[in-house]
Amino acid sequence: MAEVLVVVEASQGVAKKVTLEMLTLARTLGDVSAVVLGGSAAALADKLGEFGASKIYAAEGEDLDGYLVAGKATVLAALIQRVSPAAVLLASSQEGKEIAGRVAVKLDNGLLTDVVALDADGVGTQVVFAGSTIVKSKVSKGLPIVTVRPNSLTPTPAPATPSVEQVEVALTDKDKLAKVVERKVEAKGARPELAEASIVVSGGRGVGSADNFKLVEELADLLGGAVGASRAAVDSGFYPHQFQVGQTGKTVSPQLYVALGISGAIQHRAGMQTSKTIIAVNKDAEAPIFELADFGVVGDLFKVVPQAAEEIRKRK
Amino acid sequence: MKIVVLVKQVPDSGADRNLRSDDNTVDRASASNVINEMDEYAIEEALRLQEAHGGEVVILTVGPDRATESIRKALSMGPDSAVHVVDDALHGSCAVATSKVLAAAIAQQGADLVICGAESTDGRVQVLPHMIAERLGIAALTGARKLTVDGTSLTIERQTDEGYEVVTASTPALVSVWDTINDPRYPSFKGIMAAKKKPLQTLSLGDLGIAAGEVGFDGATSTVVEHSKRPPRQAGNKIDAGDDGGSKLVEYLASEKFV
Ligand SMILES: Cc1cc2nc3c(=O)[nH]c(=O)nc-3n(C[C@H](O)[C@H](O)[C@H](O)COP(=O)(O)OP(=O)(O)OC[C@H]3O[C@@H](n4cnc5c(N)ncnc54)[C@H](O)[C@@H]3O)c2cc1C
Repeated sequence: MAEVLVVVEASQGVAKKVTLEMLTLARTLGDVSAVVLGGSAAALADKLGEFGASKIYAAEGEDLDGYLVAGKATVLAALIQRVSPAAVLLASSQEGKEIAGRVAVKLDNGLLTDVVALDADGVGTQVVFAGSTIVKSKVSKGLPIVTVRPNSLTPTPAPATPSVEQVEVALTDKDKLAKVVERKVEAKGARPELAEASIVVSGGRGVGSADNFKLVEELADLLGGAVGASRAAVDSGFYPHQFQVGQTGKTVSPQLYVALGISGAIQHRAGMQTSKTIIAVNKDAEAPIFELADFGVVGDLFKVVPQAAEEIRKRK
Repeated sequence: MKIVVLVKQVPDSGADRNLRSDDNTVDRASASNVINEMDEYAIEEALRLQEAHGGEVVILTVGPDRATESIRKALSMGPDSAVHVVDDALHGSCAVATSKVLAAAIAQQGADLVICGAESTDGRVQVLPHMIAERLGIAALTGARKLTVDGTSLTIERQTDEGYEVVTASTPALVSVWDTINDPRYPSFKGIMAAKKKPLQTLSLGDLGIAAGEVGFDGATSTVVEHSKRPPRQAGNKIDAGDDGGSKLVEYLASEKFV
């Protein structure tokens, strides 16, 4: 069977959920090889094997970790040329897209970004224009290089025992132009990552203040979900930008999305439209968010949310 | 320092947007077209650098004739001049080909610094900055929420999923910015009047040494097979909170097995 490369995305030595999703998707396309660019492959091997990687290409070292993506793209492009895979999958994250973009230029190859499905013929499905349009497209020059949107499929294990091959990291000065001088990890507690969470609870301008966001966090924690925010809430300084959902923030596609004090502007909907179930709490019965909510509560979030939190605690 | 700012005209993200049924490209003719919002932050950042360090700010756009409106609007914020690459053969270009055209135009300008938005609101592809940097062999500092320039050395801060990172490079370089970096100015009346007279150079593919077959549909590295409108979501049950809105919400959560 043809070899399919999956570029591993990990955070602090742990494979992200999107990596397991890509491995699961890759199994439908061929023999799965995971590619670890930077960090340490040994720490990831068990998990990658559990989800079906029969081989791991490990490219490690300070030359990859200490700079932005150029070097990783150089290593990946060389690997692609050497093994001629049937397809290459990367995560639709900032880094995944950046590596994919550079590799596409290096190999003069097409690429598809943000796909939510990919069939055996290399036809990818994308959801564009604020979730209003579905596009099917394919790479017409070279092999399919595809970035996969998190939460597009359910990862399932298929245990394999991967062999590990060290890959040479041969870089030039051009790969080391953008040097990372500091990496700051901000404590985010036990909450799941926004883009990968299966439950997201978001607050908007209606939440009223940074302090009041504790209410949003409380409900999120009770449900085991991540916290999101509208742009109005972020711009008002209620919550940090990395949690913004929408056109100019994160795109999320959880099982459950709860919108608290969010009007449902088209640019917000762009980031959450494909959620499986949507719940909205808003005191304005005419708020557009109700047009897409499976369950809507017209009322004051400061009454509804504490009551709901209390009720969930009772049931636990 | 010569700063080139990349500006793209896009269909307004707040309005209905469509793909054309004849050739699967973005329907720009019937859309209300605006400057890609993120690019306004790029322009603002360039103007602030110019105010602090001197130099020149040039707008660069690849796009159809009607993109001229967006270029004039960009100029009304304060940049010195603009370059518009316009050529019928560009219609249908993919990101890989577009990056080739932009890189050639940037090289011709001899930019010390290129600033652009982190992504466009139509494609949201986010790959152009690194594609351009790859072609030019210059550093790409992408996704900046803060940019500091000291002589030829650049430092950015960028958000990551875990926190943030600080990245440095030397000019020539490309920096892409998010909307957290600044608050773009509104054009003044004087700025709008002045923009009408600012130099706007029009270039064809030939002027950049690029053959028609390398771009457009002929040179595309990916193609749209089909597209369709997604059925809109249906509104579900909407209740009045009354005194027990919270409890009812939890009942619903329980019925859907979320609690
Ligand atoms: C190019 C562009 C990109 C954009 N990108 C994004 C993006 O990525 N994400 C995003 O979210 N927006 C984005 N926007 C902004 C978007 O257009 C809206 O302005 C924004 O989403 C509004 O946020 P909001 O719903 O929190 O605030 P508002 O629209 O002000 O809504 C607040 C809601 O809270 C309700 N409310 C108030 N008090 C209470 C209460 N006590 N109890 C219950 N309900 C209450 C109100 O009824 C109202 O419906 C973008 C805009 C542009 C032009």
